[in-house]
Amino acid sequence: MSEPLLAVSGLSKHYRRAGRTITALDGVSFQVNRAETFALVGPSGSGKSTVARLLLRLADADAGSIHFEGQDLMALRGEKLRAMRPRLQMVFQDPRSAFNPRATVGRVLDDPLRIHGLAGRDERPRAVETLLERVGLSPALTLRAIHEISGGQRQRVAIARAIATKPSLIVLDEALSALDVSVRADILDLLVSLQLDEGISYLFISHDLGVVARVAHRVAVMDAGAIAETGEARQIIAAPSSPIGKALVAAMPSLAQPVSKEAE
Amino acid sequence: MIALRRFLRTPEAVAGALILAALLAMALSAPWFFPRDPQSIAGPALLRPFQDWTLPLGTDRLGRDVMAGLFHGARASLAVGLAAAAGAILIGAVVGTLAGFAGGLLDEILMRITDAFQTVPGFLLALAFVSVAGPSLATVIVAITLGAWTGPARIARAEVLSIRERDYVAGARVIGMHPLEIAFREILPNALPPVLALSSVIVAAAILTEAALSFLGLGDPNRVTWGGMIAEGRAVLRSAPYLSIIPGVALVLTVLGVYLAGEGLVETSATRRMNA
Ligand SMILES: Nc1ncnc2c1ncn2[C@@H]1O[C@H](COP(=O)(O)OP(=O)(O)O)[C@@H](O)[C@H]1O
Ligand SMILES: [Mg+2]
Repeated sequence: MSEPLLAVSGLSKHYRRAGRTITALDGVSFQVNRAETFALVGPSGSGKSTVARLLLRLADADAGSIHFEGQDLMALRGEKLRAMRPRLQMVFQDPRSAFNPRATVGRVLDDPLRIHGLAGRDERPRAVETLLERVGLSPALTLRAIHEISGGQRQRVAIARAIATKPSLIVLDEALSALDVSVRADILDLLVSLQLDEGISYLFISHDLGVVARVAHRVAVMDAGAIAETGEARQIIAAPSSPIGKALVAAMPSLAQPVSKEAE
Repeated sequence: MIALRRFLRTPEAVAGALILAALLAMALSAPWFFPRDPQSIAGPALLRPFQDWTLPLGTDRLGRDVMAGLFHGARASLAVGLAAAAGAILIGAVVGTLAGFAGGLLDEILMRITDAFQTVPGFLLALAFVSVAGPSLATVIVAITLGAWTGPARIARAEVLSIRERDYVAGARVIGMHPLEIAFREILPNALPPVLALSSVIVAAAILTEAALSFLGLGDPNRVTWGGMIAEGRAVLRSAPYLSIIPGVALVLTVLGVYLAGEGLVETSATRRMNA
């Protein structure tokens, strides 16, 4: 086996609020391989978003380590951290709050290209249009304000922004939860096709095992800040071993109901 | 357009806007209607208003044209009011954004400085500054700005504190945007509306402070100002009260106009935001 793309080990995080200490994460370890979709599933409050925030260095861990592409992520700061950013991207849950309310679609996609010098000033408008096309949107959207387009379109823009810098890993934190069921299936298909084309890995975070079952290769089930079990997606859905895994499987929408075109 | 219509439907706002328009017209047309130096002698001393149509508001103790003084004084009031408010909002927005976004030690230092400035009454600060730096329009503007930026700074900081936790700011960090660009391009423009809502109060206070400084003889000596005119008129308050009353009324109307128009603007933009 080659070394994993992402290796998280013993990650812990505590929040102090109103004199009380909340343990959001308590010794979380997992690995994500190249071109793999690894899912974190768990009930609300189990610490999934905290994992995402720590990975993206939006918050600092209290203990543990994160190795990504062979680098010690937690040791990076300032310019070095910004130089790593293109490799590790994120899509947020709510596409309404994920963008500057004053931004246009074009600016949102131009920013990462400009910041990392990925295309010359003259080439960037064309690069932005290409990105829109790759996520199935019309290049004519460039001039539209973010608040003028639909939630599904915004989430596509979010994915376009995430792939703009050609990352090796994208963290998707409940990226489908705020969308209509019909739109979800399309976005899932888009993610799968991008993975096939580019070999991107996903850390796919969801509270819904039903969605996870459709995309994940491997799954870690989280509960109360710790990982209850890890395994092949198929295997966990068929025979969960942890109490929380059993509860999540029981709560899955009936598999007899087709959720997507794939089931047809 | 809808906002404009709503603005026009508020009578106070319209009254304020009309007063401001008149003030602006006076300020802009002063050199055209009254090309002569307003401090030069234009006729007999202490001519009462409405006696001579070439000097409709009469003359002061030295025979200077009161109407010309009123028009030229509008320039000083407007210049000081707008420049001081712009300066205060600019400084306040930058200080508040840096403090709120950076947090930690920088926040601590900037807010202590803000506290220090806020403890000293703005007028005393202006008085002290002009006494040291010497009276001129520029020093008066700086002096007033020094006492006026703390309010905008506090509001900007509070707004930035709430905005910086939003997803889109996290998103900007994730794509590797430089912290200064995040602070000033992503956060500041979104933190600005409540700060700008303060501007009418600041403009009004600045105009009053300028008048007070001029009244105390600390205004620009080379310019006619309403405060200076009121002070001049004081010497003959009993025999020629109009010399104080006319610029006094102009001052009150101006402050009222700025305030009403500002409130109207804030109100219409608030309803617009609620409807959005
Ligand atoms: N900024 C924060 N301050 C205090 N507590 C927090 C903060 N963020 C998360 N938590 C707490 O940490 C725990 C895990 O939260 P989170 O990672 O958001 O869970 P999930 O994404 O699985 O719903 C929860 O108990 C939550 O209340
Ligand atoms: Mg979450």
